[in-house]
Amino acid sequence: MAHLNLWEQLLYYYQHNGVYVLSQFSRHFLISVYGVLIAAIVGIPIGIFIAHHGKLSGAVIGIANVIQTIPSLAMLSIIMIGLGLGVNTVIVTVFLYALLPIIKNTDTGMRNVNPSLLDAGKGMGMTRLQLLRLVELPLSMSVIMAGLRNALVLAIGITAIGTFVGAGGLGDIIIRGTNATNGSAIILAGALPTALMAIILDVALAWVEKKVDPTA
Amino acid sequence: MFLSMEHLNKTYSGGKVAVDDFNLEIEKGEFVCFIGTSGSGKTTTMRMINRMLQQTSGTIKLNGKDISDMDPVQLRRKIGYVIQNIGLMPHMTIRQNITIVPKLLKWSQAKMDQRAEEMIKLVELPTEFLDRYPSELSGGQQQRIGVVRALAADQDLILMDEPYGALDPITRESLQDLIKDLQTRLGKTVVFVTHDMDEALTLATKIVVMDGGKIMQVATPDEILRHPANEFVENLIGKDRLIQARPSITTVGQVMLKNVASITPDKLLREALKMMHDRRVDSLLVTDQGGNLKGYLDIEDIDYNFKTATSVGDVMHNDVFYVKSDSLIRDTVERILKRGFKNVPVVDAQHKLVGIVTRAALVDIVYDALWGEPDKTDEREDATAQGGDAK
Repeated sequence: MAHLNLWEQLLYYYQHNGVYVLSQFSRHFLISVYGVLIAAIVGIPIGIFIAHHGKLSGAVIGIANVIQTIPSLAMLSIIMIGLGLGVNTVIVTVFLYALLPIIKNTDTGMRNVNPSLLDAGKGMGMTRLQLLRLVELPLSMSVIMAGLRNALVLAIGITAIGTFVGAGGLGDIIIRGTNATNGSAIILAGALPTALMAIILDVALAWVEKKVDPTA
Repeated sequence: MFLSMEHLNKTYSGGKVAVDDFNLEIEKGEFVCFIGTSGSGKTTTMRMINRMLQQTSGTIKLNGKDISDMDPVQLRRKIGYVIQNIGLMPHMTIRQNITIVPKLLKWSQAKMDQRAEEMIKLVELPTEFLDRYPSELSGGQQQRIGVVRALAADQDLILMDEPYGALDPITRESLQDLIKDLQTRLGKTVVFVTHDMDEALTLATKIVVMDGGKIMQVATPDEILRHPANEFVENLIGKDRLIQARPSITTVGQVMLKNVASITPDKLLREALKMMHDRRVDSLLVTDQGGNLKGYLDIEDIDYNFKTATSVGDVMHNDVFYVKSDSLIRDTVERILKRGFKNVPVVDAQHKLVGIVTRAALVDIVYDALWGEPDKTDEREDATAQGGDAK
């Protein structure tokens, strides 16, 4: 092995462990997506609610901000005390971190809807639910998508640390590399796909974000 | 009675009274304008009709039924609503925008498509616009859509809250013509909030003047102009319009000045300048040998062209605005004032220059309109008495 240079070693690793890397890649991806998905299911309604109840918004976003300031490794360990080792702990951590960008963006998006449109909609006889479905949500969708995009990129980084509580994912490969003598190639073998996943998802969601912007 | 409002009061939680004992009856097919300064309660009153606001006390009846017994959502679907900021949904096509209320009422798609096409033809816009988005239309076109959106579900009553306030004067005029035409043709009842007296006088069959939440006067445009109920109404109408309103048979010929500074086109600019200097004027009217009005010449024209041109005919303006000597003052005064000319030439039936109307002559008419009428003599005496004290 020593006669190969770094890139040759990396290629060698992929040739021999391709299936393993792929399975960790999909595991990593799914952990992130599940965490963000649950955060979206919880966070978007919260965002809608606080946008309609102005006074609550400061308090809720404050709490979400506090969660954000806790270092991810510490958060992971604290949740581990409750949930034990394994993938669930990481999903809950991702969920907590993803809440802030999702709630904040939903709140902002809803508030930025032109009040005269709401007045027109209500004046034409829309119920509150129709107003939300036909006016507010379509018009704030691109801002909400931007929040999801932030959350997902954040989630991929947190999932990488999840290896410490035995959740698997690309973090496993990175840690294997740091533990091995001359493990640079293995570190790269884990780190590169992680970065690539974040970049690709960011670009893809940016495209979706543009797609759902009704005013563009 | 189509719509009746009785003893309406609206007091906000801070104790501010926005509307105070408002009573009004509106017949079907009327065009009612609420006019007043900002804070007069006109918009508040209008918004109580479709329950966007809840009155503190008093009743509103639509077709004899108390609206507070109706479901507000169902009520609003029966009442057209046009707001100042147009409020077209930017994420919907024009077709979807027009058919918002029909869609809420669950019409079939075919019926909605048909209605959308009828509606866009009604406002004389091409049917291709139906599949465009509001941002692709000009402000005037958008508000046309805003107007028909309020008609699309056969609403009999339409509320309009300063709908043309944000438009330029030309677009506003064409939209005023449009709504007036639609209203009479389709027999709709319109409640129109505005702070523009011209708009109210043009459109309304009944004007409701409001101040501080109270009704100052309810009358037809003619009546308001002839007999303003109090000083507030008079001020709101303004002096320009009182001149127009003066039931006058005075012709332009009677108030014009006959001694006009005029010149023929073949004269040299030097002579024109000398003539201006001698007569202490800054412009000359240009006539041919027979005295027919040809144009006018300004001191600026001489100043700019003194070196290059020689005769008056080279630099004069041909597009002169003039009035006929036998036309009535009340028909022409508005045009003169609006265009902001210092003076306007007067011609006879043969297009011959006979005189000039100056703004100073209009001052006399304004003076007469304000103080010259028999029932206003008291005020005139007061005015002279005060003048005497000052000396």
